[in-house]
Formats: sequence, structure tokens, C-alpha cells
Amino acid sequence: MRTTETRSRPAAPAPPPVPPPKDASQLRQKRMIAEHFRTLERAPEEGRKVVYTFVPGNLTELLGALDLLPVLPEINALQSGMRNLSGGYIAEAEKAGHSEDVCTYVKCDLGMMKSGNVGPTGTKIPPPDLLLLSYTGCFTFLKWFELLREEYGCPVVMLHVPYQADGRITPEMRRYVVDQLERDVIPALERLAGRKLDLDELARRLELSRRTEDDLVAVWESAKHRPSPIDGYFGGVYYVGPIFSAFRGTEDARAYYRELLSEVEERIARGEGPTTPDGPFGEERYRLVVEGPPNWTSFNDFWRMFSREGAVVVAATYTKVGGLYDEGFRHDPARPLESLAEYCLTCYTNRCLPSRVDLLERYLREYSADGFLINSVKSCNSFSVGQLLMLRTLEERTGLPGGFIESDLVDPRYFGKANIENRVQSYLQMLESRKRGRYA
Amino acid sequence: MRCVVGIDLGSTTTKALLLTEEGEVLGRGITNSRSSYDVACAVAREEALTAARFHLLERHLAALPAAAGQRTDLETRLKEAFRLELYLDHLGQLREEIDQLLAAPHQREWRDLLSGAVAEILGRAEAGAPELFAGPGSRKSDFFRDLAGAAFVEEAERIAAAGEVPFERLLALYDRAILAVETRLQARSFSDLLRRAAARVRRGSGGRLDLDRRLTRVVEAVAAEPIEELTFVGTGYGRQTLPFPKESVRSEILCHGRGAHRFFPGTRTVLDIGGQDTKAIQVDATGVVTSFQMNDRCAAGSGRYLGYLADELNLGLHELGPLALQAKRQVRVSSTCTVFAGAELRERLALGEAREDVLAGLHRAMMLRAVSLLARSGGVFDQFTFTGGVARNPMAVKVLRELVAENYGDGVGINIHTDSIYMGAMGAALFALEDLAAGKGGVLPTFAQEATA
Repeated sequence: MRTTETRSRPAAPAPPPVPPPKDASQLRQKRMIAEHFRTLERAPEEGRKVVYTFVPGNLTELLGALDLLPVLPEINALQSGMRNLSGGYIAEAEKAGHSEDVCTYVKCDLGMMKSGNVGPTGTKIPPPDLLLLSYTGCFTFLKWFELLREEYGCPVVMLHVPYQADGRITPEMRRYVVDQLERDVIPALERLAGRKLDLDELARRLELSRRTEDDLVAVWESAKHRPSPIDGYFGGVYYVGPIFSAFRGTEDARAYYRELLSEVEERIARGEGPTTPDGPFGEERYRLVVEGPPNWTSFNDFWRMFSREGAVVVAATYTKVGGLYDEGFRHDPARPLESLAEYCLTCYTNRCLPSRVDLLERYLREYSADGFLINSVKSCNSFSVGQLLMLRTLEERTGLPGGFIESDLVDPRYFGKANIENRVQSYLQMLESRKRGRYA
Repeated sequence: MRCVVGIDLGSTTTKALLLTEEGEVLGRGITNSRSSYDVACAVAREEALTAARFHLLERHLAALPAAAGQRTDLETRLKEAFRLELYLDHLGQLREEIDQLLAAPHQREWRDLLSGAVAEILGRAEAGAPELFAGPGSRKSDFFRDLAGAAFVEEAERIAAAGEVPFERLLALYDRAILAVETRLQARSFSDLLRRAAARVRRGSGGRLDLDRRLTRVVEAVAAEPIEELTFVGTGYGRQTLPFPKESVRSEILCHGRGAHRFFPGTRTVLDIGGQDTKAIQVDATGVVTSFQMNDRCAAGSGRYLGYLADELNLGLHELGPLALQAKRQVRVSSTCTVFAGAELRERLALGEAREDVLAGLHRAMMLRAVSLLARSGGVFDQFTFTGGVARNPMAVKVLRELVAENYGDGVGINIHTDSIYMGAMGAALFALEDLAAGKGGVLPTFAQEATA
């Protein structure tokens, strides 16, 4: 009789010790963000005014034309998630009485504020002089700024954007938003800035936006190539960084998207896939469309679950929350307020379920996807409501298989790595089986 | 005999299944999942190989000129004798392990007293062993840990009652030793064990000469036949740490879907309730998964839920279902959380509710969760196959039938197989066959390489 001690299994492959070099555009974005936060930090001593606002329906060109500095609490929250700070901030907010089930962006933001309001690059973020509440379909936004108003004791100006319940924008809806801009929003911003809005400056910025948006759409549509030179979800959230935050309508943003597009075109010419946190993408095996925001606390782990299996996301809806440019909308210097109103109305969060399904269906067909995946975020009702119904409808219409995973935005407690990886792998293996067809 | 291997490394049990190249089941094995996944897989595989040998034995016995009843009886006796030999072998190792523990310097003070007690305990366990292997229904578990543990604790309690040897010291010895025995991979000679088992059957039969000659021939033939494992697919929980090469890992969702479809080709919807996962799976006419949902973040309503309730009631897991079936009414249980359900159980009992009535309510609460998952996966379609360890619980099955009829009408055929726990391993083995056909055979994990080396 023989007794053998079991040999230990070889360890899982370690991530590369030195991170792969970043693209030039990525380094540029990093510099832009660092500079913006330094500017914010100096704002009180330099007497510049700070406006907190939201990504969907942001009016960055308007703020910029009045030399007001935007702060986007959602972006701070997701940055905190990526930097492993959100868990502590959420605990702070819960200590202050906020329930476990509340939107974790809100709690992360409140926790950050209570912990000294130090931003993602380590500089202090000044308190708001005004809260610009653009309401574009997310009810929580109202409550969020209500809480901030209590904390900071500063005024709120609200822009109410009517919901696209029928999936279209009527002239009345546009008029309603423009009226608010003229009557409430612009006067409030002018009072804060201490000067009148320079319409030429606004037009100059909107022209920059328009060109930037052309480049961004070219980046999105590059994913129609095989192999796709971009990942439209995991890479895409970086690509929307400048245009969704403080930079739309600036020369910096224009330069960033020029550079990004040329990098993408070079990759197409070389037949290369996207850049990933582990370096170049391997063989493209699956083309996916994704609905829903990503998880930020384990963002790279989450990405690797796809990239290591050769799954690339060719189109995503989340990267359209701050503007749906690939459906044709552009900011227009000839119609400044009308186009700002249209911009707010077109945001993905402001769209009804049937039009979200239509958009996903179009992506599945136009980007020759093998299937789609929904990442359902439990604390984000505005995204999650109806997602299973969307899944069924899309499956019926396209015959393509849908997958469903559940996680959270920035609460690290709600990311079960083994469970999510199990679902992702099961889904990809399901695609593989279906590609091969019948079992022998 | 050439075969492929499917292994399903679950959170509670690990299953192995061998398929011939023609797709016939050659053998199956199951063991507790342990801290060492390699060992759990190796043990389940050894069990499956042993079962495969018995499968061969059955064939050889069938070739003997004797009445069918006699053959079956002989086979049963040989199997039980084989298991008994295996058990005694394990007990021997347990004894060696405890001796080693007692040799440690810090045991000096207690050594003599404990050695005497352990010798007595294990002696009695050995003496009582044949009763455990006297045919179907003679033991409560097939796992060495459970059987030896029960025998050890019973004897240790008896000795400790005399007041000289503390029970805790004896139990601590057992706990440490059993862990060492379990995490060591045993490569045993099947033929040695089978010969010993045959000798035992001969002694039991009064040494009849014809039986003796026949047995010798059969044993030699079975022991000599090689079993060649061609390739291998693994599946199951804890994907990061599975002891399988990456290219031979398949998702358990695909495996369960495919396994269920193999057992019941009419299957369109599969519900699998395992130790900590509940999966609702839709498959197409060929067994390819088209959609699935699984529990997330919370394992309430999975097998562990029942395990926890069994512990609360000081019952064996297998006793829960039959007890709940005796319920006269169903107590409404609101908690879906396992821990809260445990608290609700105690509260209800304290209020004077009958144990079986509360249990019936808890089974319903559990299956309601499963039905909700099924709904999210697209619903229940004819035919519906229920798999996983929980499919062995008759009350769970009864409640599921009721809920399916309530929600999807009477037209849904429900399949439950006695081997439902092996569905995942079956699916994995079918993928292994497919790999073999695609020229991707020859993949053996480290534990299998060592055991065959």
C-alpha cells in the first residue's frame, strides 16, 4: 500500500509585475484631470466659483463660458471606488444615518465630504457655491442635492428635463427646457459669476464640442471593425472621461479626442485589438454588447474576466449616460440653447424602456455582436428597473443570448468575485456552445 | 477498458463519473469536499475507479453459469466486503496518525492513559465494523469521516464516563488525526483489497470449494483488466482554485444543463440546488444552455439552508424531508435568510408548533426562492428536471411539484433521477468525450497523474 502526499497545485499566473505602458491619450487625460483638481483647490483663494452638477444633462459649455468650475460628484464617487476608498466613505455615510440600500454613489459622496472632501488626486475639493441640479431621469439626483444643500447651505438651481416617455423629443419639450435655461438657470449662473453670459464664447465652446463629438462617435464606430480596436465598455469609460466631466467644449478635450482617434486608427491599421490593463488584447473570440454601469471597486478584475477570455465589448449603453452622440445629436453653435436642451433630453438615463431596447438591438446588429450582457446594479433603480424584461425582449427580437450579472457601483461588499466570474464564464461558454451548435 | 472522467467539485461534495468511449457509465464516486480540493477530487475519482472495477466484476459474474439471484448476492457481498476492507484500512491509518500525535513531547503526561483508551476505542470500532457493511441500509453514511467519527465518539463517551480520561482530549486527537487521514491521498491496490474481500466472503460462506475457485478466477480477471483514463473535464464551485488545467474546466451551468439533458432528453428547464448555489437553466432540444440565472450574494435556499436547519434540530440531513412530509399543516415562514429562518424555527417550536409543521413551512420558503429564480430565468417548460443534492429531499420535491403546478399548470413533466447529484459530473464527462473527439484529449490533472504514476 502506497501513500502519496498530494503535490500543491501550481499557483495562478501572477499579473505582470510592471504595468504595461499607457497610451499617450490616457496620460494626457490624467494630466488634464490633475490640472483641473489643482485649479479647483486654488479656486477659493483665486475667487473663482464652484458649481456641483451631474454627468447626464451637464451644461459644461455654459459653466465654462461664465468661468465657473464644475465638480461632478458621480465621477468623484466612481474614482473613489477605483481607488479602494469607497468602502470607508460608505461606512461614514451609514454612520451618519443613511440606509444600506441607498444609491452607493450618494453615500460615497457624502462619506467623502465628511472625511474632508479630498478628491481622487489627493487635493481638497472646495465646497459648492451653487448646486446645478439637472434632472434627467434619475430621481435620486433630487434627493442627493437636497442632502448637499443641507450640508453646505448653498442654493440649488434645478433644470427639469422631461422624460422621453414616448421615445421622442417634441418641440414643446425642447421649448420647456430652453425656457428654464433662459428664466432660471442662466440668470442664476450669471449672478454667481457676477457677469453676463457671452453668447460668442458659448458658441465657440459649442463648436469645439461638436467637433469633439464627431471624433468620439468615430471612436465608438471603430468597434464595427474585426478585431475591434477598442473595448466600448471597459475602455469606453475612460474614453468618455473628458467629455462627460469638466472638459466638454475645451481645447483640451478636442486635443484628447484627436489623439485618441489617431491611436484607434493606428490600431485598426495594424489589425490590433484594444489596450487592456494587462497589455494588448489577445485573439478576439466574442463580441458583446453591455447594458448597465460597471462595477468600480473591482474594475480591473471585472475587465479581466472578459479580456482573458477574448471577449470584447463592441458597444455599451452606459457610455451614453452623458450624451448619445452616435444617434446623430451634436451641440450646435447656431442653436446654442436649443441644442443644450436637446442634449439633456437625449441622455440615456432619460430614455424609456422601449427606446433602450431599440438602441441595444441596433447595437447588436450594427456591431455584429454574438450576444449581450446586463450588469444589474442593485442600488441603482433608475438603471435596473425592467432590465430582465429588456433581456427577454432582446432575446426574442434578435435570437441572440443575453446574460445577467449583478453587482454594485462602488460598494465593495456587493461584488462577489467568484459568483460573477462563474456567471461570466458560464455565459461565454454558452456562447461557445451555441456557436458550435448541436452536441455530438 | 478506456474511459473519460468528469469531476464536479461542489461546495459540499465532490463527484466523479467515468464514461466509456461509447458514452456508457462505467463508475461513479462521491466524497466530502475538503480543504484540499486535490484530495477531494482524487478520492472521488478513486471511488469512481473502484465502482468501475465493480462494474467489470458484475460483467464477469454475469458470465458465470449460475442463477441470477445468486450472482447478485455474491456481488453485493463482495462489494460490502470490499468497503469493509477499505474502512479497516482507513482505521489502521487513523491509529497510526494518533500514535504519531501521542509521540509528541507535550503528550508525555497523558500518553499512557490516552494510548490505552485509543486502543480500546479503535479495537471496538474494528470489531463493530462488519455490522456497518452488512448490506443496504446498514450504515447512515458512506463517508469514512462520518462512520469512524460516530464510532469513535460513542466509545470515547463511554470511556470518559468512567472519569479517568477526559472526553475532550480524546476528541481532539480524533479531530486532528482524521484531518491528516483525509488530506492524504491514498493510492491503494484494488486487487489486494478485492482479494482480501474475496477471502472474507469465502470465510463467510463456510469455504465452499466451487465458490472459492470461481471467485479466484473472477477476482484475478477483474484485477488484471486495465482502466485507461483518456481525458478529463472538471467543473464546480470555486473556479479560481480548481485543481484542473484551464483548458479542461467547464462551467457547472453548462455541465448541469447537459447532464440533465443526457438523463432526460426531453428536458428544457433545469433546476439545480446544490450546497451553496441554486441555478435555473434553460436548454434547447440538444441540451445547449440558452439562458440561466443563479443566486447572487446570498445562499439562502440552497443545500446549506437545510444543513443548518438539520443542525438546529440535531437531525441528520436525510431525516429532514421525511419528517416534514408528516406535517399536518404548513407553518408560514417569512424569513428567506438561513440564519433568520433558524431563529424563526426555534421561536415557532417554543410557541408549541409541531416540528414537522414548521419544517414543512421552511421547505416551502426555500422552494419559493427557487421558483422565483426559475421565473427570472424565463419560466418552467416541459420537461422540467430537478438536480443537485436537494433533489434527494422528498419534501423539497413535493413542494416543488406543487409550486410548478400552481404557477405553470399541470402540463409540465417533472424529472428527478436517483443519481441527480451526478448530473454535473455527467455533463463534464460528456464534454470530455467531446474534447476527445475533437482531438483535445490527454488532459489529466496533477492528482490523477500522481495516482496513476
